[in-house]
Amino acid sequence: MQERVIEKAAQLLESGLCSRVLGWKKGEFFYDVTPGVFTTAQEVRNEMVFTPFCGANLSKYLIAESRKEGKVAAFLKPCDTYSFVQLQKEHRIRRENVYAVGVQCEGMCDLDSLTALNLTGITGAEGLGENLKVFTLYGEETLSRKDALSLRCNDCKSKKLLDCDEILGESGEEQDSHRFDQVEALEAMTAEERFAFWRRELSKCIRCNACRNVCPACSCEKCVFDNPNSGVENKAAADPFEENLFHIIRAFHVAGRCTDCGECTRVCPQHIPLHLLNRKLIKDMNQLYGTYQAGADFETKPPMLDFTQEDPEPSIITNGRDSG
Amino acid sequence: MQRIGVFVCWCGSNIAATVDVKQVAEALGKEPGVVFSTDYQYMCSQSGQEMIQEAIREHRLTGVVICSCSPRMHEATFRKTCQKAGLNPYMVEIANIREQCSWIHKDKITATEKAVILGRAAIAKVHLNAPLTAGTSPVVKRALVIGGGIAGIQTALDIADAGFPVDIVEKKPTIGGKMTQIDKTFPTLDCAACILTPKMVDAAQNENIDIISYAQVEKVQGFVGNFSVTIRKKARYVDETKCTGCGLCTEKCPQKKIPNEFNLGLDNRRAIYIPFAQATPKVATIDPNYCTMLKTGKCGVCSKVCTAGAINYKQEDEIITREYGAIVVATGFEPISMEPFDEFAYSQSPDVVTSLELERLMNAAGPTGGTLLRPSDGAHPHTLVFVQCVGSRCDGAQKGKSYCSKICCMYTAKHAMLIREKYPDTEVYVFYIDVRTPGKNFDEFYRRAVEEYGVHYIKGMVGKVTPQDGKLKVQASDLLGGRQMHIDADMVVLAAAIEPDKSARPLATMLTASMDTNDFFTEAHPKLRPVESPTAGIFLSGACQGPKDIPETVAQAGAAASKVIGLLSKNSLTCNPCTAKPDELMCNGCSSCEKVCPYGAITYVDKPFRGPNRTTLTRRVAQVNPAVCQGCGACTVACPSGAMDLQGFSNKQILAEVDAICR
Repeated sequence: MQERVIEKAAQLLESGLCSRVLGWKKGEFFYDVTPGVFTTAQEVRNEMVFTPFCGANLSKYLIAESRKEGKVAAFLKPCDTYSFVQLQKEHRIRRENVYAVGVQCEGMCDLDSLTALNLTGITGAEGLGENLKVFTLYGEETLSRKDALSLRCNDCKSKKLLDCDEILGESGEEQDSHRFDQVEALEAMTAEERFAFWRRELSKCIRCNACRNVCPACSCEKCVFDNPNSGVENKAAADPFEENLFHIIRAFHVAGRCTDCGECTRVCPQHIPLHLLNRKLIKDMNQLYGTYQAGADFETKPPMLDFTQEDPEPSIITNGRDSG
Repeated sequence: MQRIGVFVCWCGSNIAATVDVKQVAEALGKEPGVVFSTDYQYMCSQSGQEMIQEAIREHRLTGVVICSCSPRMHEATFRKTCQKAGLNPYMVEIANIREQCSWIHKDKITATEKAVILGRAAIAKVHLNAPLTAGTSPVVKRALVIGGGIAGIQTALDIADAGFPVDIVEKKPTIGGKMTQIDKTFPTLDCAACILTPKMVDAAQNENIDIISYAQVEKVQGFVGNFSVTIRKKARYVDETKCTGCGLCTEKCPQKKIPNEFNLGLDNRRAIYIPFAQATPKVATIDPNYCTMLKTGKCGVCSKVCTAGAINYKQEDEIITREYGAIVVATGFEPISMEPFDEFAYSQSPDVVTSLELERLMNAAGPTGGTLLRPSDGAHPHTLVFVQCVGSRCDGAQKGKSYCSKICCMYTAKHAMLIREKYPDTEVYVFYIDVRTPGKNFDEFYRRAVEEYGVHYIKGMVGKVTPQDGKLKVQASDLLGGRQMHIDADMVVLAAAIEPDKSARPLATMLTASMDTNDFFTEAHPKLRPVESPTAGIFLSGACQGPKDIPETVAQAGAAASKVIGLLSKNSLTCNPCTAKPDELMCNGCSSCEKVCPYGAITYVDKPFRGPNRTTLTRRVAQVNPAVCQGCGACTVACPSGAMDLQGFSNKQILAEVDAICR
């Protein structure tokens, strides 16, 4: 797939159809791939990659890129396309300035998963269907892809490539995902246990803001946490408990817009399972207002921005449904 | 820094008895920014208002806090007061220390403490207040009346008389409502039809009134002065403009066994029908649930006999959208279902009837032609038992209603009297909890039933009615006589409680008009604004607001009409300046606010903004139309970046209030 991606990117630039390419850029090590914008075919051939470590969701970068002059080609994995659609729904991306190339994905690896398997000095990896061949400084090893995947990819919700101008590979289907299992485990806890769980997790936060900066839903012109007039800007840093609330406020801000891409957890240097907060809200909304997937289409009204006379009022009218 | 004046009202003893007003004034006088603080017996009185104005001038106040009753009571009063003294009216804040403090607390120390806190919150808000200027919006000079019973008809006639066009939307094929089903009216015993049908004709012929019958309101948008209402006019499969109401079709239709709603199912009608002789509009309606032609495509008898060519089996529902300045709710009442009261054997014997059914059995246009006959065998009844309060004044309201239905005592006296007069060989028993007869000539009427007509009034409730050998065995207790009674009755009449029409609840949601727990519409003020809903531009007429008899309904209908006329005679209304306003520098243009705005007040424009290095960036940003925005605040919470704020109720102001309370 890597060859096809690079070839396509180079061709788009050479043909003059696009002036820029948004893709994944080689890092110092094999596994530290970063998003990058390429302007020449030369750059693409030298620096662009598509490896099992290209987890970054590129859609958010299109907010800025699509406003610049000329057309930008964007390479998007299935989960990236959900964010792509969601951001268009919010009028953030100028679709006419984007040439979207969908890339089918077999799940992205997580360095931690490999480290846990006692693999160090990784120099490369390639997918072989169910298996993954990993090259290290000390030799090569073939392991089951499932063991090497990040948690979010093991719970992949969909392999559909939405709203692409062109597709490399084939668009897939929605997956039978078990992504709410962990949320259910949290729900099964007592309130005290759950409180203790989140206090433990959230107190690890160093407020690096990586989760916010990477989140495609967190793309406000001015974030409330950066705005001295919002009244919450300083509060988050006031004491450890207020700091914990930063993540809760963030989860509420993206409720109904979060596509569950899992980038927040991927980038967290403290390994806080932040996606669980979003998933809990997604699960609750599904339960109360019917199943809704942010970014799945352009038409469906988001549950938090839509109201009907039949809407349940949690904890007031349950209508026989679980009041959540 | 603002120069704030604080005025603490005693409200006579309403506040002063529970709150130490002197102490409140003194404590609030020490708050930062407060340059004047005082208390007075009645702040809303003329001398109280003059005191405020004098203080504004003397102390050069820039903001005013009044600790008094609810802002719903006197906010407008005090705003006007301060405006006259040269202060912007939106620099006034009310701290509600009556409804939210003195009336709910008993302990003076606690109440005083709370009053100080509430005052402190209001001061904190005033510090952040900014002068606001109200715009105006035009008034659509047309009214909508929902429900075409006596209440709706009277309201429409009065509005039309004042020269304003008015539409009546009625869900049934004819206007007239419940009163058409009533035989005689208390306390004068004149015939209901004789006094109602001329009004129905007046309404139909009035050039200012448009009757939209067999129709329902589907959607209401807009606000006072500018409502946009979508009405679904159901297909009646008869062209109203061609039908002459001759009734030939209703005689020839082969579908004969359909329960007649007008006679409460006591006889039958055809699939094509005119509800009753004086129906307005007098046009036939095809019941699609029973019409063979509509169901199977075979029949067409009515179309063959109709000389006017009015039958149209392909007619479809019509959607009408119109603009109105005011809406009057006149949805009326229904008797409650007798299903939970099976101790009275309503479902077991056709001789147990409700009072409304008895009206039909005594009416000349009813199923028996006006002769009182037992529904089971058509025999003349000799012993009748009336049971009062069936479903009214129920304890705990497990079944039935906790309230008094108000009209039953009087109509039962009427029934008993009429029966005794027409059929002197009958014995009539009335079992009651209390007989309630307040009203002009009401008690005299009831006493006539007892004294002149010899109706047996017995204080006590009927325990059980058992149909046996063609009789109804009535088991009851006589509380005053202290005995159990067993009566073999021929008929039992149940005074069923009344409840608001079932269409009222969804309508209230559409109108955002509030209701009480019994689904009666609530008034803006139970004493001082009894015909207005708390939602501006929505008015209440008749039994939708509470149980009422005909004279009261007509009086209220006229009152509602006068309020509507007052509104429609204005050319424009002052808008609420507390509208939403986006901070364009923060707006993402994501459309969240537009999606939640119930008034359609938000649009978007692409606007150039200055970017870094002398560049220009074009961004999509929200725009609020202040003439349409009602200041509900839905957009401010939907906005993910907090760019949208409500003027006069900004997030900052509210948080300042919270902080002041928590201090």
